[in-house]
Amino acid sequence: MDWGALHTILGGVNKHSTSIGKIWLTVLFIFRIMILVVAAERVWGDEQDDFVCNTLQPGCKNVCYDHFFPISHIRLWALQLIFVSTPALLVAMHVAYRRHEKKRQFRKGDKKCEYKDIEEIRSQRFHIEGSLWWTYTSSIFFRLIFEAVFMYAFYYMYDGYQMPRLVKCSDWPCPNTVDCFVSRPTEKTVFTIFMIAVSSICILLNVAELCYLLTKFFLRRSKKAGNSKQQPNHENKEETKQNEMNELISDSCQNTVIGFSS
Amino acid sequence: MDWGTLQAVLGGVNKHSTSIGKIWLTVLFIFRIMILVVAAERVWGDEQQDFVCNTLQPGCKNVCYDHFFPISHIRLWALQLIFVSTPALLVAMHVAYKRHERRRRLRNGEKIDIEELKNEKIHIRGPLWWTYASSIFFRIVFEAVFMYIFYYMYDGYQMPRLVKCSDWPCPNTVDCFVSRPTEKTTFTIFMLAVSGICMMLNLAELCYLVIKVCMKEPRKTT
Repeated sequence: MDWGALHTILGGVNKHSTSIGKIWLTVLFIFRIMILVVAAERVWGDEQDDFVCNTLQPGCKNVCYDHFFPISHIRLWALQLIFVSTPALLVAMHVAYRRHEKKRQFRKGDKKCEYKDIEEIRSQRFHIEGSLWWTYTSSIFFRLIFEAVFMYAFYYMYDGYQMPRLVKCSDWPCPNTVDCFVSRPTEKTVFTIFMIAVSSICILLNVAELCYLLTKFFLRRSKKAGNSKQQPNHENKEETKQNEMNELISDSCQNTVIGFSS
Repeated sequence: MDWGTLQAVLGGVNKHSTSIGKIWLTVLFIFRIMILVVAAERVWGDEQQDFVCNTLQPGCKNVCYDHFFPISHIRLWALQLIFVSTPALLVAMHVAYKRHERRRRLRNGEKIDIEELKNEKIHIRGPLWWTYASSIFFRIVFEAVFMYIFYYMYDGYQMPRLVKCSDWPCPNTVDCFVSRPTEKTTFTIFMLAVSGICMMLNLAELCYLVIKVCMKEPRKTT
């Protein structure tokens, strides 16, 4: 169970996202998770080994390292990425629940059910309307909250986003005040700023997606009020075309979602 | 055979679970196994290398490390996750047995469609209900046992910065310093919290199953 498995799970969710949601997911996987795995983990790999203190006192380095780096940047980013990805699973659960209900209707022979067979239910893409709209919007809202919380946690824990070259430590058992030198401070600062920048881009994408959903919601309401008598099928056809285009533009990720595949 | 294989095995079981069971499985895989693999294993990676004792006496560090960390947190969590996941296999075995019985009936000439047989979701009733409820009960027991073992072995859930060791061959009392104590305490508390959440989900699922059975019985009698 690693980042690849998370990619598989979220790929299934992607099918029911908006275009902005799909862009967000791509940015998440390529500019955050991939950068973390292929680059950042190597930069922080020797963080404790090459944290050097100007003392022979045993234990002083351990204590000073623990004081200045209570939780490593890498672990904070890993937690941030996991927490930010998981609200999408709410959407996956909701879609799976809807599919389950439609299958139940189909099996009972309900006349309201417009599907011809079970395969069609399985492959059908649900539009973001009704209760699914609320679930989707909540998931974006939670994503925003988690991003902001983690960015603040970084800022608070490390007094800003810059990695210092030297830290002065006077915790026991260090004698008086000891100079300790951090390994690769510039490279760490560069990656920290990069990850913060990409977090901000993700926040902007989420805000844009939220605005898009709200706009769509209000437009639909006003259209329903005005045009429902004249052209009942026109809106559905337009939406279907747009959804097909979205599918063509984005990747067709795997359909499996852990435990929620039918 | 690794966590990915476990995921494949339990993914199949998931199909016959309740909704709460599915949520439990997601929490297990994403907030426990994944955190263990991508984060916690790195934090504990250098636990013996960077365990430093204030002495030049050879062997003292080894002995002290072994005294204070009889079983590493990472190994205990791995064992906990495996034990907690495996009761679900009881359910898988029971479902497979039921399917096998139906196929046998099909071969004996009863008219059942093969495709329907493969894809049919088996409802949690009768003896399967008992198997399912027992698997949840065992999950709860294993979770509780491991949480207690952690508490007993490490005198609570906080990782100390300093441990004082006087085992032979250490001269008198020696100060030993643990590597990354704050980060380890944070992850210990996080894993404990998620264990607690999983236990509550299991209890909720057990209550749901019991209520479902109790509600069906009055309908049957009327």
